[in-house]
Amino acid sequence: MTVILDPTDEKLPVERGLAKRTGKINGRLALLDISKPRGNVFLDRLAELIRLRLPDLQINRYAKPTFTRPAPEELRFEMLRENDFVVEGLAD
Amino acid sequence: MTDLADSLPSFSLESHSGQSYAFPASKPSVVCFVKEDCPTCIEVMPILEALYQHISADVDVYVVGQTKAGNQILADRFKPSYPLLDDSSLSVSFASNIDTVPAFIVCDSEGRIASRLSGFFRDEWKKTISGLCSSCELSELQFAWSELPEWRPGCGSLSVDPIVADRLYAESTKSPLRARRIEIAPMDDEFDFMADQSFGDGLPLVPPTPERVIRMLSSVSRDPQEVIAVMPPNMGQVTVEKVAVNAVMAGCKPEFMPVIIAGVEAVCSDEFNIHGVMATTMGAFPLMVVNGPIRHTLGMNMKLGALGQGSRPNATIGRALRLVIRNLGGARPGGTERSTFGSPAKFTMCFAEWEERNPWSPLHVERGFDAEESVITIFAMTSGPTLIVDQDSRLASQLAGSLALCLESAFHPKAHFATEAMLVISPEHVDTLVSDGYTKDDIRRRIQEVTSRSIKQLQVDDVSGVGFKNEYYENLTEKQRNRLLPKFRSEKDIHITVAGSEAGKFSAAFHGWAAGAIGSIPVSRKIEEK
Repeated sequence: MTVILDPTDEKLPVERGLAKRTGKINGRLALLDISKPRGNVFLDRLAELIRLRLPDLQINRYAKPTFTRPAPEELRFEMLRENDFVVEGLAD
Repeated sequence: MTDLADSLPSFSLESHSGQSYAFPASKPSVVCFVKEDCPTCIEVMPILEALYQHISADVDVYVVGQTKAGNQILADRFKPSYPLLDDSSLSVSFASNIDTVPAFIVCDSEGRIASRLSGFFRDEWKKTISGLCSSCELSELQFAWSELPEWRPGCGSLSVDPIVADRLYAESTKSPLRARRIEIAPMDDEFDFMADQSFGDGLPLVPPTPERVIRMLSSVSRDPQEVIAVMPPNMGQVTVEKVAVNAVMAGCKPEFMPVIIAGVEAVCSDEFNIHGVMATTMGAFPLMVVNGPIRHTLGMNMKLGALGQGSRPNATIGRALRLVIRNLGGARPGGTERSTFGSPAKFTMCFAEWEERNPWSPLHVERGFDAEESVITIFAMTSGPTLIVDQDSRLASQLAGSLALCLESAFHPKAHFATEAMLVISPEHVDTLVSDGYTKDDIRRRIQEVTSRSIKQLQVDDVSGVGFKNEYYENLTEKQRNRLLPKFRSEKDIHITVAGSEAGKFSAAFHGWAAGAIGSIPVSRKIEEK
């Protein structure tokens, strides 16, 4: 773990910021299957429920080649280009 | 914390056999620091074993090794009866101020140091051990001293190895660092993290780790917590430590620190008005000019490409000041920094004057400093360097006339009395000017003469809406309309330096911001070297 010293006047807390909340959910949603067994079943059901509640949302499905490694760069950029949100489906 | 002048710090370490030992215990003690690749340490290992066998009922004996692997080698070779303690973090060695091993230290039951030996002087060791035995009312240690050399130098302690010493200092209780520590998660890329926290200017930043900041502070004699300025607009307190953190991020070397500190003091003065300089939609930036001997000490570029990239001190001193302004002043684009276009000079803009190629007084001497003093002068500029191309003039009056014509475009050709300018004159242009005996003041006078325009010429017309407004113009007499106005309110608003390569009949100009008390006044500060 790298430790660094704060270069600022320390008036604000240091934290990873959340994405901006717009108050509504529309646009394009990526569902990413990390390729653990039955993760696809979970995401299929999740997609059904989302379509019921948010019919205007466009759902795009993606899968990592293997859960043991980070998503390949091409896949990350593909999802970034084609979506506004990502839900990553874990298993276990 | 124990007083290191009198006592060894308390510690708890694990031995090679896995048992934990605390110092000080209830008895007097001998603590000896060793490392396995030190020949002198190897020589004294049998003495330590004999000493342990002789006095361990009355005196604790601790032998402290500096690496786990090294301790294993010592344990396999000497099979010690005494505890061979693992200080592979080197924190005990560092806190005990161990420079050389073996370091043989005798303490009383409360950890106060009675005697301390470094390296191996046979007579000293014999005398110290004899005294220890005597104080415990024990017989002399029987040892074949004569088989040992009279003297052997020790080896450097790992705790003073430059690779780790700064880290150990940063982590120790003696650390001068007080800035908030931020832990970056192992899966987080440190460069991405710092960018996402908006710590920088968009270019990668060097992670300001505690050891790098300690190293940066090594070139400054001032207290790291001293507040050297209060930086608008957020009125952030700029301590020496915070400057060092930002200097690390900018890529500076420790010896650049005094220049950055002087720069911070200069921009935080009322005259310079850093808040206005950063907030203006005109996109002003601090232009830093360094004079004096420190130019050579730091290896600053004042010759070929002096205003451009490629020189670490030029590039990073300017960048460090900008990062301090951003991180402690809070001047961030879109926040209080409102520049319409921004400027590449907002990343960094710092150069040194080539005083040795300057036939006139260098900038800092003109501004009242001694030639042998190192000085930074900061100007608020809005554009530049713009190239002034004159490869044809052979007379000083012609060349100074060319400089004037090019400077007239500052802000707008019809905007007179509005701004200031910095001329950076190249050596070839210097030669042309000097060949006719031109001084800096002659250059300034010629610029004012050539740029002088009548109010009639400067009135608003069909070509441009800039200039004297009709409602004002109509009330002037003919004599007033024919009055000539030079480009600059004062010759003092024309700043002149010398830099650049020997080849090229060009000069460069920076155009200012709102000159004077209404905007910004250039400020010089002496650079205080350690």
